[in-house]
Amino acid sequence: MSVSWHVVCRSEAVIPGTGVCALVEGKQVAIFRTFKDRQLFALDNFDPIGRANVLSRGIQGSIGETLVVASPLYKQHFALATGLCLEEDVRIPVYEVREQHGLIEVAA
Amino acid sequence: MNKQRIVVVGNGMVGHKFIDNLIASDQSGQFEVITFSEEPRLAYDRVQLSKYFAGATAEDLALTNEDYYQAHGVNYVLSDKVERLDFINKEVITASGRREAYDKLVLATGSFPFVPPIPGNDQPHCLVYRTIEDLEAITKSAKQSQVGVVVGGGLLGLEAANALKQAGLSTHVVEFAPRLMAVQLDEGGGQLLRRKIEAMGVTVHTQKATTEIVAGEKCRYRMNFADGSHLETDMILFSAGIRPQDELARLCGLELGERGGIKVNNYCQTSEPDVYAIGECALWSGQIFGLVAPGYHMAKVALSHIMGGDEAFTGADMSTKLKLLGVDVASVGDAQGRTPNSKSYIYSNDVEDIYKRIVVSADGKRLLGAVMVGDAEAYGTLQQLCVNAMDLPADPNVLILPAVDGAAQLMGVDSLPDTAQICSCFDVSKGAICCAVQAGAQNMGELKASTLASTGCGGCSALVKQVMDAELTKLGVEVNNDICEHFAYSRQQLADIVRVKKIRSFSALLESHGTGHGCDVCKPAIGSILASFWNDYILEDDHIGLQDTNDIFLGNLQKDGTYSVVPRVAGGEITPEKLIVLGQVAKQFNLYTKITGGQRVDLFGAQLNDLPTIWQQLVDAGFETGHAYGKSVRTVKSCVGSTWCRYGVDDSVGLAIDIEDRYKGLRSPHKLKFAVSGCTRECAEAQSKDVGIIATEKGWNLYVCGNGGMRPRHADLFATDLDSDTLIRYIDRFLMFYVRTADRLQRTSVWLENLEGGLDYLKQVIIEDSLGLGAELEVEMQHVISRYQCEWKTTLSDPAKLKRFSHFINSDARDDNLVYVQERAQVRPAREQERISTVEVVEPALV
Ligand SMILES: Cc1cc2nc3c(=O)[nH]c(=O)nc-3n(C[C@H](O)[C@H](O)[C@H](O)COP(=O)(O)OP(=O)(O)OC[C@H]3O[C@@H](n4cnc5c(N)ncnc54)[C@H](O)[C@@H]3O)c2cc1C
Repeated sequence: MSVSWHVVCRSEAVIPGTGVCALVEGKQVAIFRTFKDRQLFALDNFDPIGRANVLSRGIQGSIGETLVVASPLYKQHFALATGLCLEEDVRIPVYEVREQHGLIEVAA
Repeated sequence: MNKQRIVVVGNGMVGHKFIDNLIASDQSGQFEVITFSEEPRLAYDRVQLSKYFAGATAEDLALTNEDYYQAHGVNYVLSDKVERLDFINKEVITASGRREAYDKLVLATGSFPFVPPIPGNDQPHCLVYRTIEDLEAITKSAKQSQVGVVVGGGLLGLEAANALKQAGLSTHVVEFAPRLMAVQLDEGGGQLLRRKIEAMGVTVHTQKATTEIVAGEKCRYRMNFADGSHLETDMILFSAGIRPQDELARLCGLELGERGGIKVNNYCQTSEPDVYAIGECALWSGQIFGLVAPGYHMAKVALSHIMGGDEAFTGADMSTKLKLLGVDVASVGDAQGRTPNSKSYIYSNDVEDIYKRIVVSADGKRLLGAVMVGDAEAYGTLQQLCVNAMDLPADPNVLILPAVDGAAQLMGVDSLPDTAQICSCFDVSKGAICCAVQAGAQNMGELKASTLASTGCGGCSALVKQVMDAELTKLGVEVNNDICEHFAYSRQQLADIVRVKKIRSFSALLESHGTGHGCDVCKPAIGSILASFWNDYILEDDHIGLQDTNDIFLGNLQKDGTYSVVPRVAGGEITPEKLIVLGQVAKQFNLYTKITGGQRVDLFGAQLNDLPTIWQQLVDAGFETGHAYGKSVRTVKSCVGSTWCRYGVDDSVGLAIDIEDRYKGLRSPHKLKFAVSGCTRECAEAQSKDVGIIATEKGWNLYVCGNGGMRPRHADLFATDLDSDTLIRYIDRFLMFYVRTADRLQRTSVWLENLEGGLDYLKQVIIEDSLGLGAELEVEMQHVISRYQCEWKTTLSDPAKLKRFSHFINSDARDDNLVYVQERAQVRPAREQERISTVEVVEPALV
């Protein structure tokens, strides 16, 4: 299985502390940038608990040492790095994301 | 071994307590219980009966339920009165003819309201106040009445008067004695109580003996009094005292008191040794106890005796503390100073309407009794001093004089013995509370759950909290009000920091006062604090990551990821033209349409991509955002008021629109709802709102801190007969004080309940400006008002912000997960089952 990089938007489109959703090869990918160190993360946009495509609209933060996003529907937390849910026994796919020449790219 | 059979006649508060104690006992296996209730339901909390008028249901009031009794093998028979006792065959016989044998019989038949033998007292709208059925009848009658009279100015009578007043009736209290609450209060206390109650619009008539009730001219009835005067009314509530329900005992030859009541000894045994009487039907040492705590004690004593124990009933403390029509009233021990040679200290303050009196022993060493009206703060201390016969301070004056700044604490809870009974309803001692705290209870909720303290009448709650706090401090526990792991501060402390240090961004606050990255708890809270004080556009890049999706997209997120659209319709007034625009927009974007309780229209199912177009059309038609998505001012509901209504006293719609326009956009710890009613019929339901206003002939009455929703709370009357300017000034201050001091997501109702000093304190701060904050609060409000902007208008004029309103950052495609079905001619999201049959599932190809 080959993975290819897709340009999704300009760097400034993802404001620190927020997320956006990109359509990559038919998949909905939520891309987040942390506000403290401006790191990028990409997760699946589908909230498996609320069963809707909303995770890019969640609030970011940290629980202990783990960087997370909270689902805007029922507030479960998903780890940005691993996709693991902190409250329930589910995990969502994570994707690779990088920044090059002022553009954000996702591998899917 | 055969089980002993206990029959309990009456399943009221005390009968149930007896059974509950039996269930909890380790000997419960040796007994078989059956209880009879004349009422159609198992025991409920009669003490809290008046809550029924504030919306509590029979279920809320229930003290137990059938499942619980069944699970513990308690047999019960409802709606069947025990009519005969057969002491020879040891049987009871009911109205339906049922016979049950007993080994031990417990009579817990309570009491019944005394209705004075006045000709005409048996007419349809002449009622009493004792059972849930009585309250249903009162509610029904009140709906068909404008004027109501309560006969009897005692504790229950005044509670009943409050109910009538809340029902919107012009209310009178008719009392035979020269003053109100003649049993519990002295002359001075009674006079002040009367003044306060009259100021609230309840008319009090003392020294009136009703001679007959005849047909009225203006109202349904006319009451004629012995002194030749009369009073017209549509309904009459008798609350002229209670009489022990001793009919059964009388019929079957048990020994009674001269004026009724089933005679019992110290073990609650009647003249038949196997028959016990407990609660309000029992007469001990010539006394009937009309309170629940002594009844509970009797239940314990009787059970102990049946099980071979030797606990004894030796009388009870009849001290009480209550809020009657919003007035704090308390009475301790010998309130009237009847003890020979006793001496009194009196503090009377006509400015603040406070009256306090303590009665001390001839030697000045012991407290014998006390009366408090208008300020019952000292109740806990005084009651304990009296009951435990503790030494008085050298100068007993300090017990009732207002605390002077810097004065030392009078009597800390530390000085109470461990055996001191703090909660009399559930017999919880200071020692028991301390034990519970040591075992881990750290707040009132946990403490109530583990000890039941303060879950009865609630009169002891302040004292319980003091004992708890003292014990927590002793254990070195600091009560943790931190908002979350990132900030070691409460919301209120954070608000102070933001205000005082003039901090304008989350990152600055996190840097100076927090740790980590923040989270979905602290971020929105701080976002709201920043918005409340600075009213910056909340979607600035600096603030946007703090906001809930609702605030970012200026709509309410629904379960499928779409949003609702709710334009402001101030005061619920809308032109036909605007109504048509709403219809057109809904139709064009296929939105589900519903009218809200706040008198506006909700449009559901708007997709992110469509939100700007929808709002452009609405803004063009003159609509503004309704802030339905925010923790902010929602709606000001109004009735049509004096402009159209035949009964309207003032222009409620006009005021509602003014108020809604004034406070729209204000961010707060939680949503805020208002209402304005044009007369006391209260069609706008203002008394269930955070801020409620009712027009009277003399001006506006202001109510605060009401709530509908999950935990309904009747609003408190805050100030009366206000002109519009004063009204607005009070609301300005009230809202800003709430914004400053409430915790995150704390509605005004809960905020008030947790506010130390409660309603009186709030009045001092807002009306009397006791903190000297008034002007500052008004200026802050003015600042917020002057910076108002319609967030949708601002957003629509900024192309950069509009870019956000797309499901994908890199495509105009829409969320393909949205599936709708038709129901009652509108769309709704498909359920999981329907979705499977409607969607053709296309698996995305694997790359
Ligand atoms: C509005 C109101 C407010 C009150 N506020 C307070 C307060 O703040 N503080 C306080 O301490 N007390 C208060 N009280 C008093 C308190 O409710 C009573 O003290 C308590 O209910 C007494 O309990 P009981 O079991 O003796 O009687 P009840 O609770 O009256 O129970 C007696 C039961 O026996 C049933 N019964 C009677 N005869 C028969 C029969 N022959 N067969 C079958 N069933 C029968 C009755 O129908 C009734 O259900 C208040 C009372 C009222 C009405």
